[in-house]
Amino acid sequence: MQLSGAQILLECLKREGVSHIFGYPGGAVLPIYDAIFDCKDIKHILVRHEQGAAHMADGFARSTGKVGVCLATSGPGATNLVTGIATAYMDSIPMVAITGQVRTSAIGKDAFQEADITGITMPITKHNRLVKRVEDLPQALAEAFYIARTGRPGPTLVDIPLDVSRNLMEFDVNRDYPQQVNIPSYRPAGPTARVPDVQVRKAAQLIAEAERPVLYVGGGAIASGAQAEVTALAERTNILVTTTLLGKGAIDETHPLSIGMLGMHGTAYANHATNGADLLIAVGARFDDRVTGNVEKFATGARIIHIDIDPAEIGKVIQPDVPIVGDVKAILAELLKIVQPRPATAWNDQILEWKERFPLIYPNDGKLYAEYAIETVNEMFDYQAIMATDVGQHQMWAAQHFKCKRPRQWVTSGGLGTMGYGLPAAIGVQFANPDKRVVCLSGDGSFQMCTQELMTAAVYGLPVITIVINNRSLGMVRQWQEMFYEERYSQVDLQASPDFVKLAEAYGGVGMRATTREELRDALAKAIEVTDRPVVIDCVIPTKENVYPMIPSGQSIKEMMLRQDLEQVKASVHADAEQWSFADEERVLEQYVEAVHSAGSEDASGG
Amino acid sequence: MNKTSALLLYEQGAWHGGFFRVTNTIMSQIQQQHTITVLVENHAGVLARVAGLFARRGYNIDSLAVSVTDRPEISRMTIVVNGDHRVLEQITKQLNKLVEVLKVVDYTETASVERDLALIKVNAEPHHRGELMQIVEIFRGRIIDMSDKTFVIEVTGGTDKLDKIIHLLEPYGIREMVRTGIIAMARGAKTATRSGRDMD
Repeated sequence: MQLSGAQILLECLKREGVSHIFGYPGGAVLPIYDAIFDCKDIKHILVRHEQGAAHMADGFARSTGKVGVCLATSGPGATNLVTGIATAYMDSIPMVAITGQVRTSAIGKDAFQEADITGITMPITKHNRLVKRVEDLPQALAEAFYIARTGRPGPTLVDIPLDVSRNLMEFDVNRDYPQQVNIPSYRPAGPTARVPDVQVRKAAQLIAEAERPVLYVGGGAIASGAQAEVTALAERTNILVTTTLLGKGAIDETHPLSIGMLGMHGTAYANHATNGADLLIAVGARFDDRVTGNVEKFATGARIIHIDIDPAEIGKVIQPDVPIVGDVKAILAELLKIVQPRPATAWNDQILEWKERFPLIYPNDGKLYAEYAIETVNEMFDYQAIMATDVGQHQMWAAQHFKCKRPRQWVTSGGLGTMGYGLPAAIGVQFANPDKRVVCLSGDGSFQMCTQELMTAAVYGLPVITIVINNRSLGMVRQWQEMFYEERYSQVDLQASPDFVKLAEAYGGVGMRATTREELRDALAKAIEVTDRPVVIDCVIPTKENVYPMIPSGQSIKEMMLRQDLEQVKASVHADAEQWSFADEERVLEQYVEAVHSAGSEDASGG
Repeated sequence: MNKTSALLLYEQGAWHGGFFRVTNTIMSQIQQQHTITVLVENHAGVLARVAGLFARRGYNIDSLAVSVTDRPEISRMTIVVNGDHRVLEQITKQLNKLVEVLKVVDYTETASVERDLALIKVNAEPHHRGELMQIVEIFRGRIIDMSDKTFVIEVTGGTDKLDKIIHLLEPYGIREMVRTGIIAMARGAKTATRSGRDMD
């Protein structure tokens, strides 16, 4: 049958099992939208901004492991996807972005709404392609999906000029759509690839020899679906597991062998464990600077096993003693066959002692704090909610306090740190998981970067619950200015913000405000009852709350700031004061930062 | 740090088992020029992808030559980069990640022939022409154009040879010069384009 490029596109998407397209129409995609008009099998979600479409596709992908699809017109439509594509690229999320392009004869002429989107997205896609002939379209799409989901996943982009989607071609999807993709220059490792058993044996040997091993698990474990293997390895060997921001859910975080996140805002015990380890088993993790701080001082006594599907990650930051390249799940399965069981040792006790000594704490003064809100979410949703977050202090508090029972329950922009990601990502998650509750934890800064997508949630009747952790400032930047820029608070004041309750109502959602713990519980209880529209809870917390623990950028565990230490300084400053004032708080911080810095510099001069 | 001092450290026993990372830091500081050959699918935009990769990861290209090969679907890039062992390893791995890159070969450690071609427009006043022709003769170059004031000299060879003739021609006044950049090929029967299963 003669089909247009646009119809072929939809046929191919159907064949790829695409159920949702997140998109926004425009001139160069008119033929595609005309075909969508007749398409019954794929649901098109009309967003309010293309950035939202990209994040929704990303959230859809993160919560399911399937390839997310977004669609935008040429020029500004395509460039609006860029942040979303970069977000997916940094976190290795499978996504196919389809963009319209001006007709082939106009390319390069600075035509209306022309942008070289393949050029622009070259460094932020795994691969991209401008399709110049309708005959090439099926192959291009098959490759785009194949590349996006195989190996180390990532976003791909297919740029389709107006005339290509309009041109007709004889096409039968069963006959003409490539059943198998064969790209000679692209041979990713996969679940069925041969596991390098010599390396696996070496790894088992190192584990058997280690006295102080730690499992350091990243997003690669989620991508390859290796929760069972990670957990089994931990249980068999009694090795405690710390995860990265993206690795959350690779082991049930309520499991006794889970010690939470490591790194800049990781738990003190996870950082102490990593720092004191004699063997670090890195599983699908990439030694990001937020994890290592100063690489020269990171886990200096540890031998390193690095398991990753991407050979380029091996030795990029740290040279491992035993590199194993391949699919994490397949490798762990092999490792499990030969690894010696180990009993819990004094090292386990040591880490648990650190856990006792340096728990995650927040002020126990009865006031409403973000940490309390997150713990309440855990509790009120029985650890079953999927959480999407934005970026900033609230994200780190959530990383510390939100407990994942399973993988793909945690959706956050890690590598790129994209403010504005949370709400649209949560919407994508909700589309993919209509039976689950989705909570978007946002901040008053981040929320205002993609608020318009509340309209999308309202139109499609999605009961996404957004908790805006409102500290009336750009909290993370404010925290850094407080600590490292002598409290010169430059452009972080957000007291002038809309009334989030009224804003939610204006979009057709439910708005509530919580200023106390009780109000928050009430609001959440009410929110749970809402099933047909978005809910926004304006969760008002004190401005001067900081995220602890904190290892300042580029430093090591020696410079770790703990809330416990802060509380001690506070106690000494306030020994005889009944009431606190902001001035006191500043004095406290001054002393505290000074103490931490002097500890750090002594160490530097000594070493 | 040069190679000698690294070896010295090695002999002093700094390279023992548990200090793998330390040894690696030493290794990594040995800067060296590498000639790598990159075989790519002959698609539009591949050069931009490769060049973009070098730019955004902060690797410097000393020279770059691109051409077709005996197989029309494959282009061959010869890239000269400066870097230590770890940088080269990263470059190779990152290049291999590009979907359209078929193969990356580093010729630094293998027996290979390397050639660069230069066209040099040099001042050639009548009283200098004899000397110039001798220099060209010694370097087995050719004079391929001549005007009343200038020669255009063509010369091929390795980088060193070209550097030398350029140095010798400088006193006469080089008006313009262009070089193709290094191209390289392994000695013997081994080929880059046809060995290995992935190429069949």
